[in-house]
Amino acid sequence: MKTKKKTASGGNRSEKRFNMALTASGGFIVVLLFAVFATLLAAAVASIKEFGLFFFIGKTWDSSTETFGALPFLVGTLCTSFLALLISIPFSIAISIFLGEYFKEGAVSTFLRSAVEVLAGIPSVIYGLWGLFLLMPAVRLLETQIGAPPHGVGIFTSSLILAIMIIPFSASIGREVITLVPGDLKEAAYSLGATRFEVIKNIIIPYARSGIIAGILLALGRAIGETMAVTMLIGNSNFLPTGIFSPANTMASVIANEFAEATGITASSLIYIALVLFFVTTVVNIIGTYVIQKVSIESSKEVT
Amino acid sequence: MKDHAGARLIKDMIFKCAVCLFAFISLLPLYLILYYITKNGIMVINWDFLFSLPRPIGESGGGVFNAIIGTVMLIILSCIMSIPCGIAAGIYLSENKKGKLSNTIRLCVIVLQGTPSIVIGIIAYLWVVAPLKTFSALSGGIALSIMMLPVIIKTTEETLKLIPYHLKEASLALGVPYHRTILKVILPSGISGILTGILLSVARITGETAPLLFTAFGNQFMNMNILKPIDSLPYRIFYYAMSPYPEWHSFAWGASFILVVLTLALNLFARGISVKWKIQF
Repeated sequence: MKTKKKTASGGNRSEKRFNMALTASGGFIVVLLFAVFATLLAAAVASIKEFGLFFFIGKTWDSSTETFGALPFLVGTLCTSFLALLISIPFSIAISIFLGEYFKEGAVSTFLRSAVEVLAGIPSVIYGLWGLFLLMPAVRLLETQIGAPPHGVGIFTSSLILAIMIIPFSASIGREVITLVPGDLKEAAYSLGATRFEVIKNIIIPYARSGIIAGILLALGRAIGETMAVTMLIGNSNFLPTGIFSPANTMASVIANEFAEATGITASSLIYIALVLFFVTTVVNIIGTYVIQKVSIESSKEVT
Repeated sequence: MKDHAGARLIKDMIFKCAVCLFAFISLLPLYLILYYITKNGIMVINWDFLFSLPRPIGESGGGVFNAIIGTVMLIILSCIMSIPCGIAAGIYLSENKKGKLSNTIRLCVIVLQGTPSIVIGIIAYLWVVAPLKTFSALSGGIALSIMMLPVIIKTTEETLKLIPYHLKEASLALGVPYHRTILKVILPSGISGILTGILLSVARITGETAPLLFTAFGNQFMNMNILKPIDSLPYRIFYYAMSPYPEWHSFAWGASFILVVLTLALNLFARGISVKWKIQF
């Protein structure tokens, strides 16, 4: 009896320990994220004190005179990611309609789906390498054709590679929300004599709109934070870009290019940029995920 | 009237063709990337390339052996740091579906997953490289393990959610303590999903370069000390690609070929596991 009691209490103790370990590792994630934010903030404080909000409208980035303004990089990031989004949207929506409506299963669907997955799995640095040796000469040829200065590298090239990289993300989310569209809605439209195009245009797209937009938003978050491929193709110029073909720098690429050699206020300013990057991607991701969750909860309610 | 219907049908056909066309155009880059990597990479790869160290400029030949070993070491380091914590946090989330802490953790996982890899690189630099005053394999491993965590937590949680409740009830009814139920009944039944998650997260970090730029850095020589800079395949590709020497460019293609084969194999393996040992109840 005594021994039994002992094991029971021992079991209780190890059970408590087990529960504590679970809670601790859960709590660790929260602490980790908080620590990330706090570290960035602490390291950026010197630059925040020095430049404040003028950091975002300053046009010069010069470590010899120690004046730092991040406007060129903000513009670079905005241009590349939105251009990439514009290029990728028709393709990703086509893929999601293709997989979510026209070919839900079968060999063609499996092929396209696994191809898109492979596209998502290729490392960023390999996109950069490929872009450097194949996309860049092609863009240079295009630039000489239309009379622009033939840099080859720049915003346009980076946007192209970014577009290729983000297609899988918005496409897979788009496919998921399109398959969530209730079948009876579609059937009702078909029974009224609608063609497939009209069903897609008037039923599927409006119904899945918020989910598709959320997918595009998450892809935008990826494009903003994407580093390696852009660093290799953007041309690394710390001045305000003058056009779509001009070399520039994005927030991520300037950090990748300069952080290893930076000290003092330069490093602090780069971390300030990282803080902004962290903040922007966090907001974009939270909104996107929230919308997707809402969409899938709503559709599961309608089924039951 | 008939004409009108005809126009609608034609529109329908045009739309379908456009969708198919756009969907397959977007596969063109994939085809081109794989084609060029195979074409340029396979020529470079031979015994010497796989099993010798990089040589300085001017000497031809050399290989990426230290980068392969470095990548493997970085993967092992980050697995050691992230797997126990990730699985434990995943169990916590699946056991406590509601509650303030669970919701906060879920939010943190989402944020962590979306955090740009370059920012995580800076964090590892500030936490490890700056205090130790040297680039190190350890800091690279920490950066990569932070990137692995959200993937492992999410897949663990989602896998364990699928395991039916009566399995747990049956075990508890036999008088098995709660923690043994989790460790000996629930975890083994979900092992395939968890393994898939780990493999997918490894595939994700194998190709990561940005967090390694100022943590693991790069190293021309063989290194086994985790407190010294270490080489890795993606870093070597970046270094060779940005160099002005054509021979190094071809090395970059060769290293890319190895890296792509490695990540694709990991992905395929993960998918194979999830198909073969699919949870069925």
